[in-house]
Amino acid sequence: MGVLPSPLAGSLLVAAAWLVVAVAGLIPAGNAAFARRFAFPLGAAAGVALAALGLQAVWLPAQTLTLPLGLPDLPFHVRMDPLAGFFLMLLGSVSAGISVYAAGYFREEPSGRLTLISMQYHVFLASMAFVLLADDAYLFMVAWETMALSSYFLVITDHQRPAIRSAGFLYLLIAHLGAIAILLCFGVLHGGRGDYTFDALRAAQLQPAWASVAFLLAFFGFGAKAGMIPLHAWLPEAHPAAPSPVSALMSGIMIKTAIYGMVRVTFDLIGGTSGNIRWEWGMAVLVVGAGTTLFGVLYALVQHDLKRLLAYHSVENIGIILLGLGMAMVFIGFGHPAAGALGLIAALYHTLNHAVFKGLLFLGAGSILHSTGMRNLNDMGGLIRGMPKTAFYFLIGALAISALPPLNGFVSEWLTFQAALQATVLQHGVVRSLLPLFAATLALAGALTAMCFVKVYGIAFLGRAREPAHRSPLPHAGDAGPMERYGMAWLAAGCFVLGLFPTSFLLMLNRVGVSLTGHGLSEDALLGSGWLWLVPTAMGQASYSPVIFFVVIVAVTLLAFLLVRRFYHGRLRFSDPWDCGYPEQTSRMQDTADAFGQPIRHVFGPIYRTDRRLPGPEDTEPRYSLKVEDRHWYWLYLPVARAAEIVSSKIALLQQGRISIYLLYSFITLIALLVFVR
Amino acid sequence: MAIPLLAQLVNVLAAFLLLIAFAMLSQRRVLTLIKLLAWQGAALATSTAIVAWSTGQTHLYYSALITVLLKVILIPWVLHRLIDRLFVRWDIETLINIPTTMLIGIGLVIFAFALATPISQMATTLTRSTLGIALASVLLSFLMMIVRQKAVPQVIGFLAMENGLFFAATSATYGMPLVVELGVALDVLVGTFIFGIFFFHIRERFDSLDIRHMEKLKED
Repeated sequence: MGVLPSPLAGSLLVAAAWLVVAVAGLIPAGNAAFARRFAFPLGAAAGVALAALGLQAVWLPAQTLTLPLGLPDLPFHVRMDPLAGFFLMLLGSVSAGISVYAAGYFREEPSGRLTLISMQYHVFLASMAFVLLADDAYLFMVAWETMALSSYFLVITDHQRPAIRSAGFLYLLIAHLGAIAILLCFGVLHGGRGDYTFDALRAAQLQPAWASVAFLLAFFGFGAKAGMIPLHAWLPEAHPAAPSPVSALMSGIMIKTAIYGMVRVTFDLIGGTSGNIRWEWGMAVLVVGAGTTLFGVLYALVQHDLKRLLAYHSVENIGIILLGLGMAMVFIGFGHPAAGALGLIAALYHTLNHAVFKGLLFLGAGSILHSTGMRNLNDMGGLIRGMPKTAFYFLIGALAISALPPLNGFVSEWLTFQAALQATVLQHGVVRSLLPLFAATLALAGALTAMCFVKVYGIAFLGRAREPAHRSPLPHAGDAGPMERYGMAWLAAGCFVLGLFPTSFLLMLNRVGVSLTGHGLSEDALLGSGWLWLVPTAMGQASYSPVIFFVVIVAVTLLAFLLVRRFYHGRLRFSDPWDCGYPEQTSRMQDTADAFGQPIRHVFGPIYRTDRRLPGPEDTEPRYSLKVEDRHWYWLYLPVARAAEIVSSKIALLQQGRISIYLLYSFITLIALLVFVR
Repeated sequence: MAIPLLAQLVNVLAAFLLLIAFAMLSQRRVLTLIKLLAWQGAALATSTAIVAWSTGQTHLYYSALITVLLKVILIPWVLHRLIDRLFVRWDIETLINIPTTMLIGIGLVIFAFALATPISQMATTLTRSTLGIALASVLLSFLMMIVRQKAVPQVIGFLAMENGLFFAATSATYGMPLVVELGVALDVLVGTFIFGIFFFHIRERFDSLDIRHMEKLKED
């Protein structure tokens, strides 16, 4: 390696640098300029370095190291392998853009709060790096909980507002439920041998039943963090509550660490190269993934709070990633590792893509919130005039999430479809016929996502402001500052790079898959894939060239533009459009976000819990209100909460407040123990 | 012939201990309670010294000495000062009336003996027959903590319980290792001081040492 540190040592250095930045930001107490000018840019530079190291590590053999930290006799183990390298690259590159953005976004933050935010923010980044580097259950859980706590404090930045405190509590609660399940999973995997290093967990020979228990615990625990249904409830609450760069970080990166954990436990610790993965697990993941996908997008469509909407899209995209993972497990379980590798690659690719475009979209939402103070789409309109640059970046993010070629969202969803189309190799008839159904769910979700972003973009950026200038901040809204724009431009460039040059990422992910399962894509695929063509299986079956696609799109657009310029008669004619018989039209008559989602709300009516108030015919001040709620609250969360309340009120009877009674409890216990346990 | 005599002496002291435990249970005045505690400590120290002499366990001499210093002199003195400063010499009302308490106490003694008989048959020590008494005085002190309403008698109950425990240790196994005994003695001393500090705080807060006031602290 020479002068350059090895990827593992380098990554540890970066994580340490984040911690140093976190602490250093506190020292010039109350000095906001330091956090803004140095802490966040330094954090971003560290992120870029981490991305480079991770990229390098994917191509190197695994490295391990024992740190002289932790408890006596229980040191921390760290390991860098291709999977960790890939996720570190994701963490570094996406967080770099978000950190740059944060340096601009927090410019009006009071200085005392900003230093705290900067501290928690960098601790959060460092803890995610340690989650990815951990090579024993102990360091993993320590880092995992640090991650949960630091992000909790970031979510409740505005803790003066009760709604934000309760959102934070919900997040913390579900995070802890998940953490308990993960801890139990490690307990099952380790089987009482007293060694919690991942090497020991890998070597464990589990009974099939216990392996299934471990898998289900990991699926539940990591699923709670990732936001799969029905554990997604914290996402739409916590993401709007947090400051926008934090939402971007949580939605873009943090929920991906849960995917990392799922892949690490399922494919590495349980599965490994020995093929312990069962296809039934894959079917469970597919069913939950399909439900999550469909449910997330349907709820996103009826939201009018921009950040809630994006949060539901995160739920949807986690579902898409789960679909890829589930297919990988089904194929590997049936003994088709090449098709399984494709599913895994599709899932990991979508993980990276979603981090990039969802980060970008949250940053765009943050810029809107920053300059207008608005999150409600129903009040927005015409933002493209005041914020043309933000509008441009947001458009790229919207196109990417809608899976339109040649941007990145398309590539990974296409790969997921290709994985589903491999179903013909399966012998099991039922599974073979079910896989295309999951692909159909994905297709439906993709179309609905596109519709949802037509709604977001059309309502927020196009059209006109709904209120006259003196009543609304919209017409005066300024564009995002330069730092914010650099951050968004970095992620937008990521959307293009990931979309236009998928083959290099495919090969990289293939290496990750080989390191985990021992198998990669078929020879045909590797031979056929060049810089121009992406071939997931064989050239004869399917291929895609984003570059050609892009060139054609640009050429056609330019041609159309030139032709219109050349041949159009050039006379402009201003006239009123057909005005539906109304004598007067105002900008308040534009379509609203709720109105745009109305058809979906009708078609999928039973899914929603709708509370709609229509004004009566004689109302002098007509008011229309619409509230769409998540049914999971009523199906799952509230019954559980009520049961907990009843049980705890019964238990609370024990608390009499009298010392005599308490002493009597221990006295009776003592007597009972003496009688029965002598 | 000497050993049975010593054993009888220990038995007498054990009976004395039990008697004091009952006396404490029936006693209403705080000042007398403290005196009884000191007497109990003295009985304990004497019996420990006798066991030490008869068995030749030198470390028991030290623990007898510690008992005298701590439980006969220091702690009663501290408690005296405490009630002087706090003006809590008055009679104490109990949760259950005293005759009923005594009846429950007799039941506990029978229970303790029933429990201790099989254990003391296994033991080979000189003092094995006193195990039941030791257990009984632990339980009686516990009962006293339950039925008293004021904080100072509860602390006295706690200290008496520790005495009973100590006696059980001496009678069953010729005492705990000296290090453990020293540790326990220190704990009791520190505990007494902490209780003392708490009393002042409780009184400052509620203008009384009646623990019924603390029921307000319960969360509804």
